[in-house]
Amino acid sequence: MNIFVCLKQVPARDSVIRLDEAGSWIEESDLSHEMNEPDAFALEEGLRLKEKHGGEVVAVSAGPARAGSAIREALAKGADRGILIEDDRFSAADTLATARALAAALQKESCGLILTGLQSDDAGFGQTGVILAELLGLPHATIIMEVNAQEGIMEVNAQEGAISVKRELEAGWFQNVEITLPALLTIQSGINKLRYATLMGIKRAKNKPLQRYSLDELGVELTTSQVIRRLYKPQKTKETQFLEGSPQEAAAKLAEKLKFEARVL
Amino acid sequence: MSVLVVTEQQAGKWHKMSWEALAAGQQIAAALSAEVSVAVLGSNRTASGIDALAQELAGNQVSRVLTVEHELLGRYTPDGYSSALRQVVEKVAPRLVLFPHTYQVRDFGPKLATSMGRPFLSDAIAVRVEEGELVFVRQLFQGKMNADVSLAGDPPYFASIQSGAFRPDSLKKAETAAGIENVAVSVEAGEIRTKPGEWFRESKGEVDLTSAEIIVSVGRGIKDPENIPLAEELAKALGGEIAASRPICDNGWLPLERQVGSSGQSVSPKLYLALGISGAIQHVVGMKGSKTIAAINQDASAPIFEIADYGIVGNLFEVVPALTEAVKRAKEE
Repeated sequence: MNIFVCLKQVPARDSVIRLDEAGSWIEESDLSHEMNEPDAFALEEGLRLKEKHGGEVVAVSAGPARAGSAIREALAKGADRGILIEDDRFSAADTLATARALAAALQKESCGLILTGLQSDDAGFGQTGVILAELLGLPHATIIMEVNAQEGIMEVNAQEGAISVKRELEAGWFQNVEITLPALLTIQSGINKLRYATLMGIKRAKNKPLQRYSLDELGVELTTSQVIRRLYKPQKTKETQFLEGSPQEAAAKLAEKLKFEARVL
Repeated sequence: MSVLVVTEQQAGKWHKMSWEALAAGQQIAAALSAEVSVAVLGSNRTASGIDALAQELAGNQVSRVLTVEHELLGRYTPDGYSSALRQVVEKVAPRLVLFPHTYQVRDFGPKLATSMGRPFLSDAIAVRVEEGELVFVRQLFQGKMNADVSLAGDPPYFASIQSGAFRPDSLKKAETAAGIENVAVSVEAGEIRTKPGEWFRESKGEVDLTSAEIIVSVGRGIKDPENIPLAEELAKALGGEIAASRPICDNGWLPLERQVGSSGQSVSPKLYLALGISGAIQHVVGMKGSKTIAAINQDASAPIFEIADYGIVGNLFEVVPALTEAVKRAKEE
């Protein structure tokens, strides 16, 4: 059975995010990017399922050309091949537009299981996986903390199989859900321990196939219906008193504030 | 062109964010000069039917309460809920369908909207009406930016409201109870492709952070599990509990039951001291009700400083030990 992992490349976690001149999007030229962390957990889960049950892991992304490096990273970690739908406009595209492009590429494939991270660290919609499942006519389950596939599940006809997954609910609750295959799962961060790419893996990745599509080739128009009118730094809800000086001075000032203003000491 | 609010209940108990979504619905409807209706889904074949819940909804200022009752809606499934609600939305033809931004809504909301060819605006922290058009505010880039977003295309529009964005105590009560109508829906067992199991809990819930008066919470900035004792010593000096943001618990550096945020506990202590926590919305929703918030972070532009009363921009490995000593001294004086 084939496992497709949809992943996004996002600005690196410690990035300083600045507005572009038009004020409608961020200045991307000086940012470094990395694989969206929740997607890294989805990839890891896909690789573990493959190691246990066999099959193929395919890394899929929709993004600007730079997103190819996130796919290369996935290939270096053990994915077998990659698919990149390339367009600069994906950076600010909404989830429905992105999912439509992903669906068009995945319709050309035979998918047993599709995995995505539960949300992206940049836009944070947490929707692309759910929408993709709907567009492909597949059942889905979200915020998955555990995937239990029976022995041999990857060899059986995907149409007949079912797997059991553990969903995280709110406030410490969980639920096991049985879901028929093919299916889409969105994976919660922390489900597993991420691996690093080995030198050998990085070498091998260079020879692994990476299929590139343009939107034209997929016959998809990128229409974003969630229109960003204005992007701006959030307004402070509180006037923060910044305590300055050496670490000792700042700490002493804070202790004083906590004692005499906040009265918690 | 009305506003339809979809509430959430589990085994006859409200999800409390339902009231915030309803308050949002009332206020947006008023700004649009539109009516607001409210729906509750479930099954009357289970012990906890939805009639009593509908009665409770009818006590609020709404034009009508809609009950969406079916035996296959007794236990939540994304297929069942999406199918039933699509029929409701088609019948009611609202301009805006509003949900609380719960895990459950995240699970089926985008599916429902997609099945009708519409976008789903999730996680709005504010909504306003500008020249008759709906404008939603949502956070991007882990809370470092806000965006004003409008939805292109024709209604119905779908949106979910973040926890804490609208106050449940701003709900307007009705003078006379609203009418309750049942919306008949057809759901086939064959449509439902997942089998949901019972809810269960893993931790014994021994740590109750909600009653702690002082919480010292660590985030990614702590960098290494070997550094956790630094924060624990500070918590001890303050007489508080230690807590963490999600990534710390994911890594197993602190147990899951010490996690604060949308997937952990929601706390409102007298003092919340955030160490190396950037302030992503998933964390902030769990602690922004704290009476006093102090934050120590290397990054002066970290969103945590938007809600902090006191801030120190600096290296927490230097500041925290100094603070532990300063707190001990201040308590002795």
